[in-house]
Amino acid sequence: MTTEAYIFDAIRTPRGRGKASGSLYEVKPVDLLGDLLKSLHSRNDFDTAAVDDVVMGCVTQIGDQGACVAKASVSKAGWDDDVAAFTLNRFCASGSEAVNLAAMKIRSGWENLVVAGGVESMSRVPMGSDGGAWAMDPETNLQLGFMPQGIGADLIATLEGFDRERVDQFAVASHGKAAAAWSRGAYANSVIPVADNNGLMILGNDETIRPDSSMETLAGLNPSFAQPGQMGFDAVAREKYPQVERIAHVHTAGNSSGIVDGAAALLIGSESAGNAHGLKPRARIIASAVVGTDPTIMLTGPAPAARKALKVAGLNPEDIDLYEVNEAFAAVVLRFQRELNVPDEKVNVNGGAIAMGHPLGATGAMLTTTLLDELEVRNARYGLVTLCVGGGMGIATIIERVSA
Amino acid sequence: MKTIRYEKKDGIVHVIFDAPGSANTMNADFQQDMGEVATRLAAEDDLKGVILRSTKAMFFAGGDLDQLVQVRKDDAAKFFAAVEQMKAHMRAIETLGKPVVACINGPALGGGWELCLMSHHRIAVNDKRVKLGMPEVTLGLLPGAGGVVRMTRMLGLTEAFPYLMEGKQFDPAHGKSKGLVDELVDSVDDLVTRAEAWIKENPQSAQPWDRGKYRMPGGTPTSPKLAPALAIGPAMLRKKTGGCYPAPEAIMAAAVEGAQVDFDTALRIESRYFTELATGQVAKNMIGTLWHQLNAIKKGSGRPDGVERGTVSKVGILGAGMMGAGIACASSWRGLDVVLKDVDQAGAEKGKGYTDKVLGKRVKQGRMTPEKMAEIVGRIHPTADPADLAGCDLVIEAVFENRELKSKVTQETEAVIAEDAIFASNTSTLPITGLAEASSRPQQFIGLHFFSPAEKMPLVEIICGEKTSDETLARAYDFVLQIGKTPIVVRDSRGFFTSRVFGTFTMEGIAMVGEGVDPASVENAAALAGYPVGPLAVTDEVSMTLVQKIRNQTIKDMEAEGKSYTVHPGDKIVDELVEQGRPGKLDGAGFYEYPEDGPKHLWPGLRERYTTPSDQIPLQDIKDRMLFIQAIESVRCLDEGVLKDTRSGNVGSIMGIGYPPWTGGVLQFINQYGLHEFVTRADALRERYGERFAVPDSLRTRAQNNQVFLDEVPA
Repeated sequence: MTTEAYIFDAIRTPRGRGKASGSLYEVKPVDLLGDLLKSLHSRNDFDTAAVDDVVMGCVTQIGDQGACVAKASVSKAGWDDDVAAFTLNRFCASGSEAVNLAAMKIRSGWENLVVAGGVESMSRVPMGSDGGAWAMDPETNLQLGFMPQGIGADLIATLEGFDRERVDQFAVASHGKAAAAWSRGAYANSVIPVADNNGLMILGNDETIRPDSSMETLAGLNPSFAQPGQMGFDAVAREKYPQVERIAHVHTAGNSSGIVDGAAALLIGSESAGNAHGLKPRARIIASAVVGTDPTIMLTGPAPAARKALKVAGLNPEDIDLYEVNEAFAAVVLRFQRELNVPDEKVNVNGGAIAMGHPLGATGAMLTTTLLDELEVRNARYGLVTLCVGGGMGIATIIERVSA
Repeated sequence: MKTIRYEKKDGIVHVIFDAPGSANTMNADFQQDMGEVATRLAAEDDLKGVILRSTKAMFFAGGDLDQLVQVRKDDAAKFFAAVEQMKAHMRAIETLGKPVVACINGPALGGGWELCLMSHHRIAVNDKRVKLGMPEVTLGLLPGAGGVVRMTRMLGLTEAFPYLMEGKQFDPAHGKSKGLVDELVDSVDDLVTRAEAWIKENPQSAQPWDRGKYRMPGGTPTSPKLAPALAIGPAMLRKKTGGCYPAPEAIMAAAVEGAQVDFDTALRIESRYFTELATGQVAKNMIGTLWHQLNAIKKGSGRPDGVERGTVSKVGILGAGMMGAGIACASSWRGLDVVLKDVDQAGAEKGKGYTDKVLGKRVKQGRMTPEKMAEIVGRIHPTADPADLAGCDLVIEAVFENRELKSKVTQETEAVIAEDAIFASNTSTLPITGLAEASSRPQQFIGLHFFSPAEKMPLVEIICGEKTSDETLARAYDFVLQIGKTPIVVRDSRGFFTSRVFGTFTMEGIAMVGEGVDPASVENAAALAGYPVGPLAVTDEVSMTLVQKIRNQTIKDMEAEGKSYTVHPGDKIVDELVEQGRPGKLDGAGFYEYPEDGPKHLWPGLRERYTTPSDQIPLQDIKDRMLFIQAIESVRCLDEGVLKDTRSGNVGSIMGIGYPPWTGGVLQFINQYGLHEFVTRADALRERYGERFAVPDSLRTRAQNNQVFLDEVPA
């Protein structure tokens, strides 16, 4: 009989605007994550020496985020020296990968208590600043047909026929749902304010939500990828999508995920670990999946990843009560809904990354946190998290709430 | 040494490039001699400096393309070793610690410029005719004697790219402004004096990259300000080339990778990419056609022997429309006096104004002086009076494609021009033999088919009528060369070579639209195959009314000959678009829409009417259908004697009708695909897409005997 992997707790920081004017810019990633680990410990009062491993997602692993920021954060949080840790990078899926990997560790029976999550300070360590052969080595770039994600998102919109109005509507809804969720306290349980060493609060809530967002204000924004597309990237898509005469550049800063700073952490373990440390299981992780897709369009992974995870769990799309589909770009979620025939009322009910931002390495873990809270509020059973992933991948996680 | 003279005077060694024959090239002898030079220099104990100079009008011509084209995949190890050896010799001289000065007395291209780059100080004669640069990329190669590495280290990545990836050439003055040339002198005689003086002033010398604290201009690939340019660079290249050209891609890769490592490792990386290109097929295609075959044509391969070379001093042009005006422009540009005649003075003046417009642009860009422009424009004499044609050695008619009109102007002109003058028709469709019937001296009547815009397009198709004399052909051939264009000689027949083969391309594209293939896929496939314009866009330019007119004439002519016309599946689509009031660009509606406030885009009605989204054929099939149908038609032209040789087909297809240069032309495309493989693929295309892909028997036989399309090299 396989050991089940349970989530005992799931918390995150608020998300700060990912630039120098953002509230979390002054906070080092090691503290963003380290302080959150302290909170996880104080909320659950387990013996840190019992933690087998800490698995953290982080995409841009240089500078402040270089040299295994996970282990540095664990040590800086004052956890026992016996605790191991590592930082992983599966691009935007890193946070989800950490959760999935933690579940696998538990389900293998080889480890009993694992912390999973992620951290990204996009203000301090800019996206793409770690270089890499995919974009920066001409021979590789040419062979792989490198295109930035935004061009892929615009290509999805073009192929699916989502016009500017449609994607802007989606963005307005994201802000509306996020604002409503905050005001009814949906995030109160799991968002841990960020404070300084004196205990003075630096940021207590998500910083980029615009409750007054409207079709009019969004319509005024310029397409973000029209110029690089026209300069050359649009032509890269011709080889795989020759039927596209011209890519419609519908995505703007307003209907794409925000650049933000933040961290998340989940305490995951076996039933016996729960019993040993007095931890109450809140949900079971019942399936996970990753897939590879066409790297040029890049962002079509969520549907195949979700299908693969559903197959593992033996479920159908309609069995899922709530979906968290990362709002990397509006068209990504809209396409996912079209492919799996998922109604609006089941998707991102408390808003998403268009409103609250997408701290690359942490997002997957944050979405799991949000999903778990809402399943509990609704007394619902199944929830599915999925993200599109750079390089042409997709990831999914399915959790089942454990009834009280 | 066979190619270099080594002379020492007052402690300075003069390395004098003096190969037997007309040009210095980087051939095997030269490579060996450079090894000896390096050894001898190292052994000198009172060496003050080294001067590189040349005894030829051209400083140094570059790589030896005769040797390069022979290199096969199996020779890679040997070739790589030879390239590395050559670079080691150059590097040894460069790092002697003694000043090395290049005296650039004439053009230094390719390997020649790389020898200059190896020098610490470059002195050039300030003369616009001294062309400098590295055109390797235009023949599918990269500068493999350190050119990529040194240019990148001198200028920085983004600044160096145009010289490396586009083969941009420059004169010494431009070179001076970019720091590529250090010093300009007015006369060849001053070169050595200045070189000796510089050596005296700089007894110790090293290249910037061999001194301490060297930093690459513009930063290395890891610098944040270069990152966005590097990420989008490959996409921009792809947009331009459709991904058909390995050379600019290899250059970009070698430059960027080389910029991240030390100098000698960078040289080795460059050698590896150079080996890949030199042993690859595309370089073979391009060198074969755009160098060897083109040069043969320029040397007179299509010209009858036994007629003395002549020049035309005064040319008459009848009809001052776009074509006539363009020919006038091209001719006066090359120093000929031009009589430009139209039915009235205003029309003729307007035609002259075309040259004003074309050259005015150049003056504005600073690429021509206003004086030069005035001189060129001044040579064009606009008139409505046929009597003004007296004194022309050659008259070219470019009036409407109408037999009666053409015979009228022929007779009118012959009445006033000299007995021995030539009359040429610029017809693109009407057989020359028929037109010559109006002439009182059909032996001096010939076809000169220019392409629009004539001042730009490099090809002229020469068509001999039944009675055209060898002398007339020779003089026409000389004229085409005189105005800087490339002649191909073809037999008189319907559509000649170029129009006929071009038509198969456009009609294939149109037929696919009719079959339900997405029109955007057709246009994109053409771009991805390396065509400069898609078949639908170019048909819009030509106009479908003209396409219909030519077809109707063809049907009439064939009926007269007792033959029957084979309907092309694209005909129906052309007729339907004309019926819909969409004949092409001139009418503002064709396959494309032409909105006033934006770029053209495909007419949505096209998809609605014809496209079946669920039933799309593979992209490779779309590309192959265009490339193959033109190649097959060219084989038929060869069979029928319309083409007299391979080089005319290859060069003509690239320079006249936009067949992708990477292929080496319509017939080389078959060679490089593999004759047997080509036949197999064509058979498959025939089965799937129609009888027009039927392989001519001659080609099947060639494939069996593995007999590639290749001309005898003229003596």
